[in-house]
Amino acid sequence: MEFGFTTAAYVVAAILFILSLGGLSGQESAKRAVWYGIVGMALAVAATLIGPGSGFWLLSILLIAGGGAIGYQLATKVQMTQMPELVAAMHSLVGLAAVFVGFIAHFEVNRVMGLSGDEAKDLGTFAALLAKKSTVEINILRVELYLGIFIGAITFTGSVIAYGKLAGKVDSAATKLPGGHMLNIAAAALSVICLVWYFNTGGFFPLFLMTLAALFIGYHLIMGIGGADMPVVVSMLNSYSGWAAAAIGFSLGNDLLIVVGALVGSSGAILSYIMCKAMNRSFVSVILGGFGGPAGEQMAVEGEQIAIDADGVATALNEADSVIIIPGYGMAVAQAQQNVAELVRKLRAKGKNVRFAIHPVAGRLPGHMNVLLAEAKVPYDIVMEMDEINEDFPDTDVAIVIGSNDIVNPAAQDDPNSPIAGMPVLECWKAKQVFVSKRGQGTGYSGIENPLFFKENTRMFYGDAKASLDSLLPKID
Amino acid sequence: MKIGTPKETFEGEARVAMTPASAKDLQKLGHDCLIETGAGALAGFSDADYKDAGVKVVKTATALFKEADTIAKVRAPSDAEMKKLRADQTLISFFSPVADEAKMKAAAKKGTTVIAMEMIPRISRAQKMDALSSMANIAGYRAVIEAGNNFGRFFTGQITAAGKVPPAKVLVVGAGVAGLAAIGTSTSLGAITLAFDVRPEVAEQVESMGAEFVYLDFEEEQQDGAATGGYASVSSPEFREAQLAKFRELAPEVDIVITTALIPNREAPELWTEDMVKAMKPGSVIVDLAAEKGGNCKLTVADEKIVTDNGVTIIGYTDFPSRMATQASTLYATNIRHLMTDLTPEKDGVVVHDMEDDVIRGATIAHAKAVTFPPPPPKVAAIAAAPKKEAPKELTPEEIRAKEVADFKAQTKNQVTLLAVGAALLLAVGLVAPASFMQHFIVFVLAVFVGFQVIWGVAHSLHTPLMAVTNAISSIIILGALTQIGSGSALVVILAALAVFMTGINIFGGFLVTRRMLAMFQKS
Repeated sequence: MEFGFTTAAYVVAAILFILSLGGLSGQESAKRAVWYGIVGMALAVAATLIGPGSGFWLLSILLIAGGGAIGYQLATKVQMTQMPELVAAMHSLVGLAAVFVGFIAHFEVNRVMGLSGDEAKDLGTFAALLAKKSTVEINILRVELYLGIFIGAITFTGSVIAYGKLAGKVDSAATKLPGGHMLNIAAAALSVICLVWYFNTGGFFPLFLMTLAALFIGYHLIMGIGGADMPVVVSMLNSYSGWAAAAIGFSLGNDLLIVVGALVGSSGAILSYIMCKAMNRSFVSVILGGFGGPAGEQMAVEGEQIAIDADGVATALNEADSVIIIPGYGMAVAQAQQNVAELVRKLRAKGKNVRFAIHPVAGRLPGHMNVLLAEAKVPYDIVMEMDEINEDFPDTDVAIVIGSNDIVNPAAQDDPNSPIAGMPVLECWKAKQVFVSKRGQGTGYSGIENPLFFKENTRMFYGDAKASLDSLLPKID
Repeated sequence: MKIGTPKETFEGEARVAMTPASAKDLQKLGHDCLIETGAGALAGFSDADYKDAGVKVVKTATALFKEADTIAKVRAPSDAEMKKLRADQTLISFFSPVADEAKMKAAAKKGTTVIAMEMIPRISRAQKMDALSSMANIAGYRAVIEAGNNFGRFFTGQITAAGKVPPAKVLVVGAGVAGLAAIGTSTSLGAITLAFDVRPEVAEQVESMGAEFVYLDFEEEQQDGAATGGYASVSSPEFREAQLAKFRELAPEVDIVITTALIPNREAPELWTEDMVKAMKPGSVIVDLAAEKGGNCKLTVADEKIVTDNGVTIIGYTDFPSRMATQASTLYATNIRHLMTDLTPEKDGVVVHDMEDDVIRGATIAHAKAVTFPPPPPKVAAIAAAPKKEAPKELTPEEIRAKEVADFKAQTKNQVTLLAVGAALLLAVGLVAPASFMQHFIVFVLAVFVGFQVIWGVAHSLHTPLMAVTNAISSIIILGALTQIGSGSALVVILAALAVFMTGINIFGGFLVTRRMLAMFQKS
């Protein structure tokens, strides 16, 4: 038992993980940071295999290799537009793994408790550790693994539903079973009762019942959240998977698990906070689903949407000196990022000042648009955050909105009764001319009317974003 | 209502306030028109033309003043004309309420209503009656023509078989209506035109006319013309110095200088000093459109053309519009006609003097036996003032310091409260929990703390890679499964194997996809 060696390796791994997250502060340092993460993970796994996990190491390696092969396939095949789905799917795996590990811990605890002191000597490391514990410590351990399973189970079903919504396999609208949040509360209450029960008896049944309740909560909670709130959901699930790992770490007495779980948990929490702030909504209102807020009459929108064809847009672009492009989920859906990038290349070749304005919640995943644009080889120094570019709209000749809606909705500023009132938005309507590339006249994901489309300086460029840009590109000279 | 126009008595005045064309339009409003015989002769309109237009030609001014209800003329009335005015009569003419104050008071006392054309407010609705603008337009055009007349070279540059001709360089000072008209004329004749104005916002208008705006190297915030009804106002001494320095620099280069700088109700500012005139090339021309108000150049003699010792011609005519009497009369008569249209809302020949109307109220300086000058500020702003930007208040160093201290204190208070609460919670947990738990708990709290510190620094654009990488490393849960896989229970082994397998997918998938994403971020 080279326990000292394992602990040392864990310390190094923990430091590498911290560096790996810290390195993401810049595009260049991030490329190095990933390697820190990879090395840290390799180190942690290797140390565990050599040390405490040496029992079935061959099987372990085979399983890792098998999983790795699938992971490799996924990572190399996935389209960048499918990133949100992939992330959600991977969260579900972490959640499920946490549930399994929690169950394992439960079985081990009960097995060891049933053994006498002498028999315990030739048990595995975790069991050996357990054998030394007092009753109080065992009780705490039960609470910890109970929490781990609870959070893991919520993460699992929640992520599966989020995946389904993002992949279009589950209806993205917010739907609730009859009873709404009462069902969630009932399930949560059941979990608490099970905790007390489990605490006293240590039996498997309450644990199992709680798992079912938690699985239901995860399912129902995420079903009740609309597609537009997905950035928050995904980052919240990210956070949960971290807390689940930390809770399991407590029950196993493994500090590395605790450290990493805490890092991931806080990272997800901060991301959720940033996303909520960008939508001017409280975390609770997002999680409880649907749009809350004032119920007053929304301002009626006057005027009409005026359509324009590719020739008109091309003429305006040829004359413009400065152009700002605002991409949204519609661009991702239409897979139009390559066409957008081509348009930008053409315009930039003519010496025009072309930039991108990215709203923090554009797309379905934090930073979604950045990744898509990067894939299309758009240089990242012309991709601006909302705060960096919002003041520049009045000096801009043309703003092009491609598949975004709520993040450019002036009602957020003008209409106190709007469901999105107060949400920071990109003030593209201040540009001299605005073109909106949009599939049709509908209100889009959130169902909120957008006065931008009716403004005098706005022209609607109807059609699938990719097809529209295809027709536009040859006309730019 | 009878509208009468007498012959202008001011010496050299060739304009007339009514043309046959405007008379026809006035009649459509239900008015009868009278004109003194020979009034339009100098502007090219004969009595016969008026007669054909249905205008009654009256033999003498006295008869006209007696018969007409409204007198429309160009120049302010002479003393003789003042005497002829009646109590219930309306006079429409140029009438400076400042320079002709005595006459204004006399008219008010008599009960005559006086509408002064120069007092028409500068609002969009009143542009059609703005005689100052229409006259300034003519003056600006004529100034260039007069300058060309006295300038020995072409305006445009030419390369001919007989040699190369350099283009003339024209500087227009003051880009009001006259200035812009001068710029337009000058550029269309082919001269290189420079223009200057104290209101930097007119630079765009200047450039739209094809001239180059002369910018000063001056830091102070320049005035916003919109606040003063579109007219220039007095500038600070520092600004004036910077301006004169720029002119001194330009003086030797320019061939023609046209100054149009006027400030309402003030003497014209001196902008083209004697030393600048001396610095100019012989043969150069200065046209001073402000000559009537003392001139922008002190050497200017009003109504005369002089030549300085170094051969610079200075033109100080004050009657440019009158020198183009036909054109000027047509425009002025149209201005009057538009004013009458506003005064006759029902088009039935009945004048309604509506003192609630911004334009009419603004232009009326004597009404109902009272002086009504100066008018109250118009209800409609002359030019939509650019909404004042909420200038971030300049904080004094003390205020900044105080704010910093306050912020720091608030921050400290916040942190101390958080730390105290956190510590209390930790202690509370520590009281009940066993030591082995506390060891892990401390690690957990520290890790959360580190996580919060580190994650705030992550760039927004890298949030997706961040999620992918945290996903990969949260698979560290594999360790839990790995340590258990060797356990005796078959169920445990199966569960552990599944967990290892799934996390294996996650680890590889997460890291690889992160690498793929990051490799795409490229700088241009």
